[in-house]
Amino acid sequence: MATRPLPEVVLIRGGTLYDPSTGHSRQRDVLIVDGMLAADGESVPSGAHVIEAAGCVVTHGFIDLHAHFREPGGEDKETLATGAEAAMAGGFTRVCVMANTDPPVDSPEAIAAIREKSAQLPVIIYPIGAITAKMAGLELAELRGMRSAGAVAFSDDGKPVTDGQVLRNALLYAADLGLPIINHAEDAALRGAGVMNEGALSTRLGLPGNPGMAEESMVYRDLLLAQNTGGRLHVPHVSTAGAVDQIRAFKAAGVAITAEATPHHIALTEELLRGFDTAAKVAPPLRTDRDREAVLAGLLDGVIDCIATDHAPHTVEDKELDMVNAPFGMIALESAFGLAHQALAGAGATVEQVIDMLTARPAKVMGLELTPLKPGAAAELVVVDPHEEWTFGIGDIHSKSRNTPVPGMRLRGRVRATITSKGLSDIN
Amino acid sequence: MTESKISLTHLLGLEGVSAADIQVLIDTGFTFREVLDRPIKKVPTLTGINVVNLFFENSTRTRISFELAEKRLSAEVTNFSAASSSLSKGEGLKDTIRNLHAMKMDAVVMRHPVSGAAQQLSSYVDAVVINAGDGTHEHPTQALLDIMSLQERFGRVAGLKIGIIGDVAHSRVALSNIFGLQTLGAEVSVCGPGHLLPPHLSDLGVSIIPDVDDLLSWADAINVLRIQRERMGVGLIPSVREYRNGYGITNERLARHKGELVVLHPGPINRGVEIDSDVADGDQAIILDQVLNGVAVRMSILYHLLSAKGAA
Repeated sequence: MATRPLPEVVLIRGGTLYDPSTGHSRQRDVLIVDGMLAADGESVPSGAHVIEAAGCVVTHGFIDLHAHFREPGGEDKETLATGAEAAMAGGFTRVCVMANTDPPVDSPEAIAAIREKSAQLPVIIYPIGAITAKMAGLELAELRGMRSAGAVAFSDDGKPVTDGQVLRNALLYAADLGLPIINHAEDAALRGAGVMNEGALSTRLGLPGNPGMAEESMVYRDLLLAQNTGGRLHVPHVSTAGAVDQIRAFKAAGVAITAEATPHHIALTEELLRGFDTAAKVAPPLRTDRDREAVLAGLLDGVIDCIATDHAPHTVEDKELDMVNAPFGMIALESAFGLAHQALAGAGATVEQVIDMLTARPAKVMGLELTPLKPGAAAELVVVDPHEEWTFGIGDIHSKSRNTPVPGMRLRGRVRATITSKGLSDIN
Repeated sequence: MTESKISLTHLLGLEGVSAADIQVLIDTGFTFREVLDRPIKKVPTLTGINVVNLFFENSTRTRISFELAEKRLSAEVTNFSAASSSLSKGEGLKDTIRNLHAMKMDAVVMRHPVSGAAQQLSSYVDAVVINAGDGTHEHPTQALLDIMSLQERFGRVAGLKIGIIGDVAHSRVALSNIFGLQTLGAEVSVCGPGHLLPPHLSDLGVSIIPDVDDLLSWADAINVLRIQRERMGVGLIPSVREYRNGYGITNERLARHKGELVVLHPGPINRGVEIDSDVADGDQAIILDQVLNGVAVRMSILYHLLSAKGAA
């Protein structure tokens, strides 16, 4: 379902329109004319492109606050354009892209370049700037200048900010700017050479383990820093039960922090590593079922604010290396809704709750406004069928890379169409 | 040759391998032991079969043992030592293997520094894959020769108490021994510095006996792991004397325990570190039997896997 220009008139017929900004839901057709939502009762011009949406939910496009589009420097893995295709296929209309490109996005000029290059893409790209210059973890980058150029948050993601004083300064400085700091929380020494979760299974497989405490000890440090600075900390890709408990405790104490969980950490476990599949090698690692359930519960009770994909493309050649040398990360945009919905629905969540975790909640974390779903607004919609059970296949991938363990898995819930004022992607 | 067949297509590890398969491999190993005692130590079993020994990590003993086993079965042997080639981390495992595969190999014997490499290899090629050691995962042929040597000495494996001593965390011998011995009904305990034991070992049904003397009085046989010199002085093992005093198998220490205690060592031996010379060369050690059994059991493995494939 490659993205094509939006037809002049699009009719989404027979679905239920759910507006995550109001929580209201009602059965109605949606008419889009010239990229804008038409007024109620407007007659449907002939020649409209019809999207049949019976049994489907029509809602605001998803917002991913954590993806790696690799441009500049890693265009063999992904570009802004191919990343945008993957996003459209997965129902995402806005994507925040991480700064760990080559060179890293650590200056106002680099932020401006991402914005400029992505201006014509069908999805909105929000650049995240590096916390430290060259992402070296030592000196603060030009956070103020990057905010002026359009940065929505700061992160050295992929690299933890090891020096507590540097992160403390960043939290204080960014607090003045009103933007969140996102720190990839893993103690490098404790993580060591770990390629998977440390536990009985890593011992059985003889693979170097990365213990949950590597994440928990740094999350705890970061939470203390947030508490003491009043800065806006966002904890990415929470993967352990212990980290969920810590975030719960600090939130209960009134500390203004937010957190995200990935579809893979709520749907998959370390069991996927049994066959030494490098596609399942990710940081932080897939953990035990107990951790998975704790993260899922944290999402359901609001301790974890939202879902974010951590879409991390790598080439086939890189992932064909052995378990130690293959890079960490998996692509996730295309399978995100099906995987997350499957896990969350299995735990009793409604499709509206899942949609909130992919729209209103990440928007709130990043301080973004949702597009109102009312006449005159620019189209920014996704059509999902929450009941469809389907097998995710290689053909469903639109990223330039293919590194994901999901192909072959049965998913519940599927994106039928994604519509923005610049493009349409559907599987009719 | 024996009529029994095994259900394996590759030998990637001993985890999940049935007791019946292990027993067949060992029984045939004993049959090949007889071949090794003949004046002409060669049978035509694998004539015309191509086997490549693919060693991404230095190993003299295991490679020579495999090479002897292959040659005594009359296989065509190619040695590829990537440790000395230009192969670096930039070159994919798969690429190297595709090249070798294009050369129409029937079997690949691989040693690789990373756990899981043998299993990855088996998904890329249709040759028979024999794991000659992958990272800190498994070294199944070593465990089979250990088990064969124990069976030779005790007449059985079921019910034996086996102690494994040393740096278990960085050992592939330990894990394969644990899986294989447990499958055959032996009991396994380990002893070593706490930080050199892998986490959650008890989940594998292994008990930890922290004091080496306690282990020696419990065990029927001990497998003394080689201490890698490179672990010394990098914060893991403070010094040779510290290790030797704590865990070294010395004559004095051995003399305090029952005289029937059998001593195994996978080699190469660091004499005076994990084991003293007079123990290694003494009556209780079966280290040289292990070496001979290694050739025999590798012949058995090659024979069975290549017959299963229809090549032999």
